[in-house]
Amino acid sequence: MEYLIGIQGQDFVLVAADNVAAHSIVKMKQDQDKMFKLSDKILLLCVGEAGDTVQFAEYIQKNIQLYKMRNGYELSPTAAANFTRKNLADYLRSRTPYHVNLLLAGFDETDGPGLYYMDHLSALAKAPFAAHGHGLNHRFILNLPSFSVRLIDKDGTHDLEKLIPVGAK
Amino acid sequence: MALQDLCGFKDSFLNSRWNLPASHPVEYLSESPIQFVIAAADTRSSCNGLVACPASQKILPVHSHLVGTTSGTSADCALWKRILSRELRLYQLRHGRRLSTAGAAKLLAHMLHPFKGTELCVAATLCGWDGGEQENISKMGNETDDLAKTSESDSISQAEARGRNPCPSPAMSRQHCSAGGKQLVRSGPSLYYVCSDGTRLQGALFSVGSGSPYAYSVLDGGVRWGLTVEEAISLAREAVYRATHRDAYSGNCVDVYHITSHGWTRRDREELREEYYREKERERGKVKERREKQEGVEDGQSSGRKK
Repeated sequence: MEYLIGIQGQDFVLVAADNVAAHSIVKMKQDQDKMFKLSDKILLLCVGEAGDTVQFAEYIQKNIQLYKMRNGYELSPTAAANFTRKNLADYLRSRTPYHVNLLLAGFDETDGPGLYYMDHLSALAKAPFAAHGHGLNHRFILNLPSFSVRLIDKDGTHDLEKLIPVGAK
Repeated sequence: MALQDLCGFKDSFLNSRWNLPASHPVEYLSESPIQFVIAAADTRSSCNGLVACPASQKILPVHSHLVGTTSGTSADCALWKRILSRELRLYQLRHGRRLSTAGAAKLLAHMLHPFKGTELCVAATLCGWDGGEQENISKMGNETDDLAKTSESDSISQAEARGRNPCPSPAMSRQHCSAGGKQLVRSGPSLYYVCSDGTRLQGALFSVGSGSPYAYSVLDGGVRWGLTVEEAISLAREAVYRATHRDAYSGNCVDVYHITSHGWTRRDREELREEYYREKERERGKVKERREKQEGVEDGQSSGRKK
């Protein structure tokens, strides 16, 4: 099961994601980073079906960067979240929907911190705390060995120490 | 077999085709100062429960410094490997340098993505050496152990202090260097796993195919930092041998490829049946020794009692 957790505070957003990349019952990789940096103060956390996650997240990432190059300023977290949701919705009723669950965390100069929960059915909700668990393919790997944790505040994104639950080696 | 189910080969198909549920290519990326990548695979191609070819080639060279192992449907793997070679060659001609393994993996993943949801089944690992067009790296190929034991930042400062070109020696893998002061070139060994469902993973150790759980058990037990080339090769061979022993869809021979900054080299194909008989002989010898020792002890005891 892949886990994403996000918590919005007064002036920060804290996000954590597990590090396992698995194929049915085999843990192929134990240090996979599931967070994608959309800009200095926006992170996209992505879990779901095997290839879709990275493809979709990188597609969004490159488009956000393209917007910055074309227009000279970055998209706000709200705009980025809505852009992501629109893309998910457009692909939903096509032949190739993306089976991904997302959390978008960002810090805006005017609006402050924001955490957005997005679903594979392209639901979008701004929430003070949110989580995704229980992977879509029902991968049953318990005892996730480690979590990467990041913090976003007005100074940007900070990597915190990796969490290693006691007893889960 | 879990991975077999992933490719959906458990059911037999009406039109028989060359299924390859069974290869368990094994790749290992070293972290010792002498850098290399080892790729090993068995040679059995099965089709609906019978061995279609006992001598197939599952490790296909893509270019001089990149080798790909194949698992899944052999036709799909062979085709996509050729398409990948073509695209990499075009890139090399257009840009004057080889595309890195990461780039090749990304290219393959993006080419396979439109076929997601169809019955295309390719699970490949790309093992290659990036950069390496500079002579400095091959000269530093046999760097002494002291460099390897220090941290990466220390080794850079040591190299600079000795007045050498601060391009990465193999002791520092995954380092960015400025080659000629202009381009950022990440140089060294590289291993990527690419699957037709779109997965693309970078790692140090992968095992793919129906025999992979058995291979993983051997590898997880034996892999450690600082393996020499011979140790790594024998470990990879052992992993493939164990997998062929237990997995019905793997067997026959083992191919081992060794990739360094000079390119790939291939060991002769080995029949694993010989290995099996050699192991049986060794076991017989050990049992005999044990029995003799036992009898020797008993004789000693009985003679002691007599005295």
